[in-house]
Amino acid sequence: MSRKFTPFILLLLFAMLLAACGGSADEPEAADTDTADTASTDEAMDEEMADEEMADEEMAQSVEVFSWWTGGGEAAGLEAMIGVFAEKYPDIAFENAAVAGGAGTNARAVLATRLQAGDAPDSWQGHAGQELIGTYVAADQLEPVNFLFEENGWLEVMPETLIPLISQDGNIYSVPVNIHRANVLWYNPTILSENGIDAPASLDEWFAAMDALQAAGMDAPLAMGEQWTALHLFETVALASLGPDAYEALWDGSGDWGSAEVTAALEDFAKVLTYVNSDASALSWQDAAQLVVNGDAAFNVMGDWAEGYFREIGFEPNTGYGWAAVPGTGGNFQFLSDSFVLPKGAPHRDAAIAWLTVAGSIEGQDAFNPVKGSIPARSDADRSLYGEYLLSAMDDWASNRVVGSLTHGVVANDAWKSEIDTALGLFLADGSIENFQTALVAGCASSGPCQ
Amino acid sequence: MRFNKDRMLAVALVSPSILAVFIFVYGFIAWSGRVSLSEWVGLLPNYEWAGFSNYANLLQDPRFQIDIRNTVIFTVLFVGGSLLVGLGLAVLLDQGLRGESFFRSLFLFPMAISFIVTGVVWRWLMNPATGSRISGLNLLFDNLGLDFLISRWHTTPQWGIAAIAIPAIWQMSGYTMALYLGGLRAIPESIREAARVDGATELQIYRFQILPMLRPITLSAMIILGHISLKVFDLIVAMAGKQVALDVPAIYMWTTTFDGNFYNRGAAIGMMLLLSVAVLVIPYLWYTLRTEAKV
Amino acid sequence: MTTLTPPRREKKSQRKLLLYIPLLLATAFYLIPLYLMLNTGFKSFAEVDLQTMWRLPSGLHFDNFTAAFEQLAPALWNSIRLVIPAAFISSVLGSINGFVLARWKFRGADFIFPFLLFGMFIPYQSILIPLVEFMRDINLYGGVPGLVLTHVIYGIPITTLTFRNYYATVPNELVESARIDGAGLLETYWNILLPLSIPSFVVVLIWQFTSAWNDFLFAVVLTSPANWPITVALNNMAGSQIIEWNVQMAGAFIAALPTLLVYIFLGRYFLRGLLAGALKG
Repeated sequence: MSRKFTPFILLLLFAMLLAACGGSADEPEAADTDTADTASTDEAMDEEMADEEMADEEMAQSVEVFSWWTGGGEAAGLEAMIGVFAEKYPDIAFENAAVAGGAGTNARAVLATRLQAGDAPDSWQGHAGQELIGTYVAADQLEPVNFLFEENGWLEVMPETLIPLISQDGNIYSVPVNIHRANVLWYNPTILSENGIDAPASLDEWFAAMDALQAAGMDAPLAMGEQWTALHLFETVALASLGPDAYEALWDGSGDWGSAEVTAALEDFAKVLTYVNSDASALSWQDAAQLVVNGDAAFNVMGDWAEGYFREIGFEPNTGYGWAAVPGTGGNFQFLSDSFVLPKGAPHRDAAIAWLTVAGSIEGQDAFNPVKGSIPARSDADRSLYGEYLLSAMDDWASNRVVGSLTHGVVANDAWKSEIDTALGLFLADGSIENFQTALVAGCASSGPCQ
Repeated sequence: MRFNKDRMLAVALVSPSILAVFIFVYGFIAWSGRVSLSEWVGLLPNYEWAGFSNYANLLQDPRFQIDIRNTVIFTVLFVGGSLLVGLGLAVLLDQGLRGESFFRSLFLFPMAISFIVTGVVWRWLMNPATGSRISGLNLLFDNLGLDFLISRWHTTPQWGIAAIAIPAIWQMSGYTMALYLGGLRAIPESIREAARVDGATELQIYRFQILPMLRPITLSAMIILGHISLKVFDLIVAMAGKQVALDVPAIYMWTTTFDGNFYNRGAAIGMMLLLSVAVLVIPYLWYTLRTEAKV
Repeated sequence: MTTLTPPRREKKSQRKLLLYIPLLLATAFYLIPLYLMLNTGFKSFAEVDLQTMWRLPSGLHFDNFTAAFEQLAPALWNSIRLVIPAAFISSVLGSINGFVLARWKFRGADFIFPFLLFGMFIPYQSILIPLVEFMRDINLYGGVPGLVLTHVIYGIPITTLTFRNYYATVPNELVESARIDGAGLLETYWNILLPLSIPSFVVVLIWQFTSAWNDFLFAVVLTSPANWPITVALNNMAGSQIIEWNVQMAGAFIAALPTLLVYIFLGRYFLRGLLAGALKG
């Protein structure tokens, strides 16, 4: 190499670097085609280009669906529904963008970042109710899907009580796949019968049962996990303590968060926490649920997705685990619903509509729900596919009073929920009921309907 | 002629980088500052003027008070612990022991690992389960008959954050060891010899001769570790997820911005973090640059 | 030492033996996490039990490593696609900047230097929201190239300063004589300083490689799941807890391996990078 040329080569190299950084920033397409033509020796570079080219070719034939179903029955249920999708639309590649983390708390942070950055997936999982309406509809991110409901006749087969919760101003914004129940008490039948305890029906019976178990040497009869599972427990105890009318009034702005009834509910919750395992904050919901079937704890409060998990790890209903409504909430069905949405400007809109059609279909729901451990949003499902627990949930869904879940997005939007979650976290740290209630009052005033 | 051409070339070569740093660092800080003075709550930007209300709210926010408390505890334990362990190891290794280079490499290797890996492993080591489910270090202590060491680690009420300092010390004390060892090696043997001739014991030599000479290194290490400590994020996320009891400003910023969509509050927390780092680092940089200019 | 009398030497060697006690305790402290990762990783699925977690495996089984590798392979590839260009580009930029700032005094240089320096220390939370907005605006959000760009730009201060400090030690006469021979700016850089700075290149490359490989914050904020690098994927895997902890330990070891190898084989340079970062600011 002649010395004369070296400065030029260096300059060229630098210019190329600048072009690589700046060019791809300003006009990515042009830069890509330019470099794709020249044979690059940089393997990493080659691979990137190849990826992008492939993505271009597959434009009409892929659909990226975002969910937090990464483990256990949830992931298996999603796989089953993807199987139905693959049969019906063999030429559309399914991109499973699932993000782990209990109740979708991690996943929703990732989704928010992506939406904030204009990188929406083709469809995503959302909880029916205020989470969708207060967060995504308010931010003008969703397209109404009334046309899908009309074309497919879903309005006739989906529960009437559900439609107002997923609509705003007459526009339906999501396709519900399933119904989950939040207020379920899971128990270990062997432990209860050994100690002569019946499944408790009221908070007082529950406290008495747990006192008896503690007296029999079980330090922590109630299993709990990390912070969001405490929020889940809190909403069910609040429902038990307040009753459905006062509970619902808290969310529509007609109830008073500073009332003596709320104080009593917080006291009940504080008492429940005295029965909880000391390492709760280090456990996931699965870990906590497993403590019950393993016999390390007698009770666990978790949504009925836990049933899918119990079966997956090899336990049988009634022998391995039993269930009842959370004490004091009998006759109430505290529900949540997973649903999928159509974002405005979905990268592959047709493919997204194909996915939503499968998600709302009887085949899709009957593939998904028995495995996931939930009941279908549709009322015309094939009852022979569902196990004992799910059949009982279907019956309750039809006969009980329906109230919404907080942790799972029905009654409060993301901002309000995150304020309540912080208030709860502070309570877990300092144990002050007074501060907890003050923070709840402030949260409703700043982010809820109490302005 | 040539000189001018070179000068222009020099400017042309560095200006893209300088410009990029100014935009990405100082431009973005200004932008964040603007967000922190806005009403932006929700997915879509809203730059409506809010004055300093976000900062005022933050100062009264009990969660932010926990953050400050946790940061102070963590910083004291992590920086203090790393300095002590690092100094101790450096002094040990300075005695001309056999296998010195092996030990030196051993104490340094955690530096090469990410906080995420450290957190994932220590999360299992510090498993707080009790009774029949006991595991991790607690199980080891139990097997060795060292039951008094069994701990609830990061689930200890009020003081859980102190447990997080242990893996942090594990990761960073090799670094302070290397700094101190470099400092010790730079001290001429003649100084020790002179002290020995005067009848000083080895301990006295360290206490009165060597330690004062290591003071500049201690200062450097305190600044470096201190600013790492103020920014701690990955380690706690990997070990304990998101829980208010172990909250620090960096995690609060992350959850309030991306879970709660409180962009204004998130930006304000970011600015407070910047301020705390600036208070720590700027005097140090100023001092370093001035002494360097004199030399 | 050679002047010491024999009895004192004996006393001295006894004292030295005592010094091994704290040293071995420290060794245990540093090795325990490594032991846990490898010990658990090499167990067969059947042997994995929290009760026996400290016992040695019955033999070398690779089930856990295979399972973890299958899970993490895409993320490992993403990390490779990230760190190679990030480390290379920042080193080249740092070298050029460091050369100019060390050799050519111009007005404002004294002003620019401290501002660059402070850029090394800022908490990234203070630029996170604009960074996401900006990456969206230039269409680089979600993928690896945007993350490369981020690491390159926020790496400029440290790479520039490392090279600047190194080039400042090169004797002026060397540069002056080249100038007298008629060499221009780039020729001086190419012919004189660049060949001298290969060790600095290694230091900076390793530094940038390590920090990009180990980064979590930028990656978790800027990439979508398909492009997650190893740290985010590992944390996601560990957070879910559905996967048994044995696979997590194997995964943690896989995630740590590349930087550990660099440390083992190039530790001298790694250390130099660390110290340069601290002592010179």
